[in-house]
Amino acid sequence: MAELSTEASPSRLRQAWNSDFIWSFRHSPVAVVSFFIVLLMMLGALFAPLIAPHNPFNPATLNLMNGFTPPGQANQFTGESFLLGTDDQGRDVFSTILYGMRISLFVGLSAVLLAMVLGVTLGLMAGYVGGWTETIIMRIADVQLTFPAILVAMLIFGIAKGITPPEYRNEMAIWVLILAIGLSDWVQFARVVRGATLVEKNKEYVQAARLIGRKRYTIMLRHILPNVLNPVLVIATISLALAIIAEATLSFLGVGAPPTKPSLGTLIRIGQEFMFSGEWWILFFPAMTLLALALSINLLGDWLRDALNPRLR
Amino acid sequence: MLAYIIRRVGQSVLVLLVVGLVAFAMFRFVGDPIDAMLGQERTQADIERLRVVLGLDRPFVVQYWRFLEQAAQGNFGLSYRQGRPVSDILMERLPATLELAFVSGLMALIGGIVLGIFTAIRRRGISANVIMTASLIGVSLPTFLIGIMLIYLFSVELGWLPSFGRGEVTRVGGWTTGFLTESGLKALILPSITLGLYQMTLIMRLVRTEMLEVLRMDYIRFARARGVREKSINFRHALKNTLVPVITITGLQLGSIIAFAIITETVFQWPGVGLLFINAVQFVDIPVMAAYLMLISVMFVGINLIVDMLYFAIDPRLRADRTTGGH
Amino acid sequence: MTESPVLSVRDLVVEIPTRHGILRPVDGVSYDIHAGEILGVVGESGAGKSMTGNAVIGLLDPPARIASGAVLLSGQPIHALNGETLRRLRGKRMGMIFQDPLTSLNPLLTIGDQLAETILEHLDVAPSEARRRAIAALEEVGIPAAAQRIGSYPHEFSGGMRQRVVIALALCAEPDLIIADEPTTALDVSVQAQIIALLKRLCRDRGVAVMLVTHDMGVIAEAADRVAVMYAGRLAELGPVREVITQARHPYTAGLMASTPLASQGRMRLRQIPGAMPGLDALPAGCAFSPRCEYAQDRCRQDPGPTLSACGGRAACWFPLVTDTKQEVRA
Repeated sequence: MAELSTEASPSRLRQAWNSDFIWSFRHSPVAVVSFFIVLLMMLGALFAPLIAPHNPFNPATLNLMNGFTPPGQANQFTGESFLLGTDDQGRDVFSTILYGMRISLFVGLSAVLLAMVLGVTLGLMAGYVGGWTETIIMRIADVQLTFPAILVAMLIFGIAKGITPPEYRNEMAIWVLILAIGLSDWVQFARVVRGATLVEKNKEYVQAARLIGRKRYTIMLRHILPNVLNPVLVIATISLALAIIAEATLSFLGVGAPPTKPSLGTLIRIGQEFMFSGEWWILFFPAMTLLALALSINLLGDWLRDALNPRLR
Repeated sequence: MLAYIIRRVGQSVLVLLVVGLVAFAMFRFVGDPIDAMLGQERTQADIERLRVVLGLDRPFVVQYWRFLEQAAQGNFGLSYRQGRPVSDILMERLPATLELAFVSGLMALIGGIVLGIFTAIRRRGISANVIMTASLIGVSLPTFLIGIMLIYLFSVELGWLPSFGRGEVTRVGGWTTGFLTESGLKALILPSITLGLYQMTLIMRLVRTEMLEVLRMDYIRFARARGVREKSINFRHALKNTLVPVITITGLQLGSIIAFAIITETVFQWPGVGLLFINAVQFVDIPVMAAYLMLISVMFVGINLIVDMLYFAIDPRLRADRTTGGH
Repeated sequence: MTESPVLSVRDLVVEIPTRHGILRPVDGVSYDIHAGEILGVVGESGAGKSMTGNAVIGLLDPPARIASGAVLLSGQPIHALNGETLRRLRGKRMGMIFQDPLTSLNPLLTIGDQLAETILEHLDVAPSEARRRAIAALEEVGIPAAAQRIGSYPHEFSGGMRQRVVIALALCAEPDLIIADEPTTALDVSVQAQIIALLKRLCRDRGVAVMLVTHDMGVIAEAADRVAVMYAGRLAELGPVREVITQARHPYTAGLMASTPLASQGRMRLRQIPGAMPGLDALPAGCAFSPRCEYAQDRCRQDPGPTLSACGGRAACWFPLVTDTKQEVRA
């Protein structure tokens, strides 16, 4: 047996390597490049404190004299130089981008996770239990779908801001943001999962599982859930791009991340003020980072949808 | 068909009641209206008097009903921030938003459908693939970035077009329009591109997907097998079938233009209801938020209703049997 | 027969390039269909029946393509024509009927629109004449009150009636050849017989050549004059339908007969062929049927199966079950 298993594992690896999924990944340069960009950015965000040359949120390390240093040039007063320049307060743009990405990605990932858990749970329940549960869940979904997610998110943000006492508002902003974006985005998941559940529910193997007396939750989790994972994965990827854009938009509009914890959107909001006076780098680099991040995730999602659903090509 | 219309109208009313409940709950439970309306120097008697005047001592359902009554008459009370009637402020701002939404909606619809058909028919062509890739960039570009880029290029670098405001407006009855002056039209260009571009990409991708789906259908194959011309297959057989699902989502998209105007209006400091709303969110001006929500809902529900009616014009299956609603 | 056949297919090869290499869903198929004749093409799904039909009418989905061989329509080669020339032939010279009448008709156009469109495309007639012909075509396929129903939409017809409309559409520009791809599979059994009877009648009355693709031996026995049995992209056997049914020469045909409940053989026990048809990417070295063949010998497993024309006869087999004096197995 031991010999068998040692022989089996490399061949299984090879099998995985040659599987249609990996094959189509390896043969799509766009997918490979986007994947590595996303990976690089995630690592950069995760290890921002180690990579960033400065800590832009520690006032002690900031020198106002360093303000408005153009990228790659030495500052005329201090002689220090910065890869991507500095903003008005002398903060290193490269460092603020790393920390901004950290917040953007954290909010985006958490919001998608929230939307996914909520949507999949409600979708499964609606599809499997049916009856009144289904009617109520899907009606709420319909009403919410009438409104664009970004508007729903703004409303939730506004309401939550009204409820939280002023002294906690800045602290809570990030969590309110996650809540707002997450709650605005669950409908997609719920609809797809419900649809797939309705199909799976009537298949023989589920009927059989029910006949032998499996519990409802066991059937939902063990039998139905695995069958809806592919579309959920695709939606999650595309939702991540949307969530990151939504967060950036809210922060740009000034109803998102507070200036004390700037995300990419906040940085763009700050940078916009200097667009007319020629300090383009304060705006340009955060904007390009956001674009690259959202575009890579979208490209990855696009490829994923085609790879998991070959009918569409 | 009449039964179908009545049911759709009933559903619309239900949606409005739910939204009304949300708006009312915001009024009632988010922040304290008494706090907001009375200054620091207040007595317990003032508070009690205001509670009675506002009807806050009545049961919840009565209050909700009163709120709906007032809302139906367009009365949403005073803005916490400006101290003026919310309905006045909204009416002042509405023409700016509607004109912007109209121009960009038209652009998105025409551009989206034409490009969608083109990319579906020339699926393997080079130009179609270039457009598709470009559209993915378009989807990944947040609206506000598009606006900033346009401002940078056309206002800062080239100096051709204004970067903010509506330009010179003309008053026609109770309506202010920017369509009649050169500066008003110039001021419309950048904001409508900003607002319309994203919707255009979405509509284009949607039309393309639906069209490709339809082109795979048996009746298209059968039409080919009968020797029907490509032109007729694409525009007579495929396009008509594509339009049925496209109309639903496009209707919703056009409705959401009014909501997305919030972002564009902020970037261009466009004096519409969107800018009003975002300021209201920042300052937790609940009456303005609630009124905006109700206004947008009425518009969305109206658009949805029109979209439903459009189905009848296109799909004979709906005209025929009344029992199966939806599509 | 002395008159030239309506359709001649010669050594037709269809290829699909994939990342596993080039697949050949149709591999060296040859047959003729004469006017007024129904050729049944039978085989399991994936045997290449429909692919052959699509190749003939020029509707292969890319990347599938005709790699070699010839398709002759009344003696004129059509396999290499450009798209526009071929389109003019489709509908006018050859028509096609698909499996599912529910999805074959455009739901948003009236059947009159769809008929008139096809007639106006191919025949030089005025719109009023096209309408008259459309009504006539509907009457011919047995739609009652055709003049009233011409403005109806497809969903207002039952499945069987819709298939009649489909047949009317395929025939309205008076083609010489009809390719019917599983025309009865999606229909109720009671309606199937009516549709088959209709096809037979139209074939006799109009002298149309019909290629009837099906997996149902019952339909073949009922309708076809001759039958072509396909297996893994090749013709296994080709001959008059009575002879093939009663005296199968290819072991696969014999197995197919033994596994089909035909009315004429009602008392026999049904048997099944062991195993399954190999995928196109995993064909065996020798005869494609050899792994499942109970008569297979060493030669069958090593040499590729003979093509029908190489055998000069009815069955593409090194060791046919029945040999007649004319047919010698040549090496």
